[in-house]
Amino acid sequence: MAEPILEVKNLDKRFGALVVSDDVTFDLQPGECHALIGPNGAGKTTLVHQISGLLAPDAGTIHFAGEDVTRLPVHARAARGLARTFQITAVVPGFTALDNTALAVQRRSGTSFRFWGNAAKEAALNEPAREALATVGLEAKAHVPAANLAHGEKRALELAIALAMQPKALLLDEPMAGVGHDEGRQLLAVLARLKAHVPMLLVEHDMHAVFSLADRISVLVYGRILASGDPEAVRADAEVRRAYLGEAA
Amino acid sequence: MSRTLSTTAPPRPTWQGLRLYSPAILVFLGLALVPTFASLGAENYILGLVTRLMILAIAAISLDLLLGHGGLVSFGHAAFLGLGAYTTGILLTEGVFQAELIVLAVIALSALFALVTGAVSLRTSGVYFIMITLAFGQMLFFAASSLAAYGGDDGLTLWDRADLFGTDLLHTRQGRFYATLAVLLATFVVVNAVVDSRFGRVLRAAKENPTRVAALGFDVFRFRLAAYVLAGTICGIAGMLSALQAEFVSPAIMSWQRSGELIVMVVLGGMATRNGALLGALAFVLLEVWLADLTVHWKLIFGPLLVLVVLYAKGGLAALLRPLTAEGRHG
Ligand SMILES: Nc1ncnc2c1ncn2[C@@H]1O[C@H](COP(=O)(O)OP(=O)(O)O)[C@@H](O)[C@H]1O
Ligand SMILES: [Mg+2]
Repeated sequence: MAEPILEVKNLDKRFGALVVSDDVTFDLQPGECHALIGPNGAGKTTLVHQISGLLAPDAGTIHFAGEDVTRLPVHARAARGLARTFQITAVVPGFTALDNTALAVQRRSGTSFRFWGNAAKEAALNEPAREALATVGLEAKAHVPAANLAHGEKRALELAIALAMQPKALLLDEPMAGVGHDEGRQLLAVLARLKAHVPMLLVEHDMHAVFSLADRISVLVYGRILASGDPEAVRADAEVRRAYLGEAA
Repeated sequence: MSRTLSTTAPPRPTWQGLRLYSPAILVFLGLALVPTFASLGAENYILGLVTRLMILAIAAISLDLLLGHGGLVSFGHAAFLGLGAYTTGILLTEGVFQAELIVLAVIALSALFALVTGAVSLRTSGVYFIMITLAFGQMLFFAASSLAAYGGDDGLTLWDRADLFGTDLLHTRQGRFYATLAVLLATFVVVNAVVDSRFGRVLRAAKENPTRVAALGFDVFRFRLAAYVLAGTICGIAGMLSALQAEFVSPAIMSWQRSGELIVMVVLGGMATRNGALLGALAFVLLEVWLADLTVHWKLIFGPLLVLVVLYAKGGLAALLRPLTAEGRHG
């Protein structure tokens, strides 16, 4: 195997008496889609928070692109190319879809400590932003304030923002949560195309999406990785069926 | 909520910019005419009043960069008025008469004070931020009150006037009026440009969703600190103008009530709008003068009136003027 782009080792995290990450170890390989599944409350979001830097682990290390980022703040990890989406949509509600996305482009193109010139009119920022919006099928909504977008469109916008960052790895926390059937299909098609460009950690409840996208699946239950392997092996794993898949069936 | 849901690129020709800024353009034209009309009568009173009004407008516009655009409720902004005024007063007393040197000192000290207090305050948020900015403001207030050599509680009368590049431009009320008008215009242009800039976009985004902005890779703290320094420095210059205009400085200029009044001006005019802070300062001072003229108990009316405006005229004067300016959300 090649050097992993993301490597999580022996991560522990507690909220009081509640153990949410229990000796979690896993990695993300270049070009890979690694799905993380598990029941509600298993600690998936908390894990994504720790990887992105929103929460500090109690113990363990996180390496990204060959660097120990365990103690780095959120913005420093993002600036190194670690992008994420949020389970609960987190965009700038008063900004248009285009401005939300252009802000992500702005971060990687020159300094943002520029105090003059209208940023909203910079073609060098808007063009890549439009492309990202087009990739997720949102180009027609470029000038709609994010607050006025439908739920499914907000999920697509989250994805466009992450894409516009041109990340080295992508953490997706339930990108399809709460979207309708048709929108879900669209998002799935987008994710399938993305897979070719950026390695991603995919937290998702939609098993159809997981089994069609993932190269590898890890199952998290009560903060522990219960099983990890290729999709067929995980599907066949009796313990996993009992703990998780069975519950859904 | 935005009223437009257009799916095509909104055209933005220049006249829309003129429209957006039309209330401010009218105000500036009016201000430029004040000296002409003042010469018809009560000249000193009118020039003094309008200069004071413009100084407060500079302070309010700088505060709105933090309060409105940055979402940072600073309750100690008047400290910068005081810092600018005392720096000016002390330098004039000590024999430094060159306005260009005084302004450099004011800028340096205001920026430094903002950098240090901002670096501490911006580690907190919400009510803690309000309290700590208030505390820093009070610290400076008490420091000024205890400056026995420079008047202490009673304040300091300035017997000398500042020279601007060796001229006596600032020696007359008219000269100080025009200087203040120029600084106000510059402040208005600069702050609105900053709001539109890359920097301003990050600042505005962080107001609405700091977590998202951090997850994009921006160090939100640094952007807020830079805004704090910029706003503090501009307000420091307003303080300098205040000392020159009143030929007197006292701790009252940086009382916490003054900080509160600046907040009221911004809210009254409409936070995070193009013309709001300017209009708010204008309305505040004129209302104060008018009510004080009406009755000695004007404060009994003024307070509740402000409460009503804040409660019912949501979005302030800028919201009332929206049909004229077509100001919407911007990103
Ligand atoms: N900030 C917090 N403080 C205390 N408990 C929390 C906090 N965040 C999450 N939890 C708890 O940790 C557990 C794991 O939550 P989460 O990571 O959101 O799970 P998942 O994403 O797998 O559904 C849940 O029981 C949740 O209630
Ligand atoms: Mg979750």
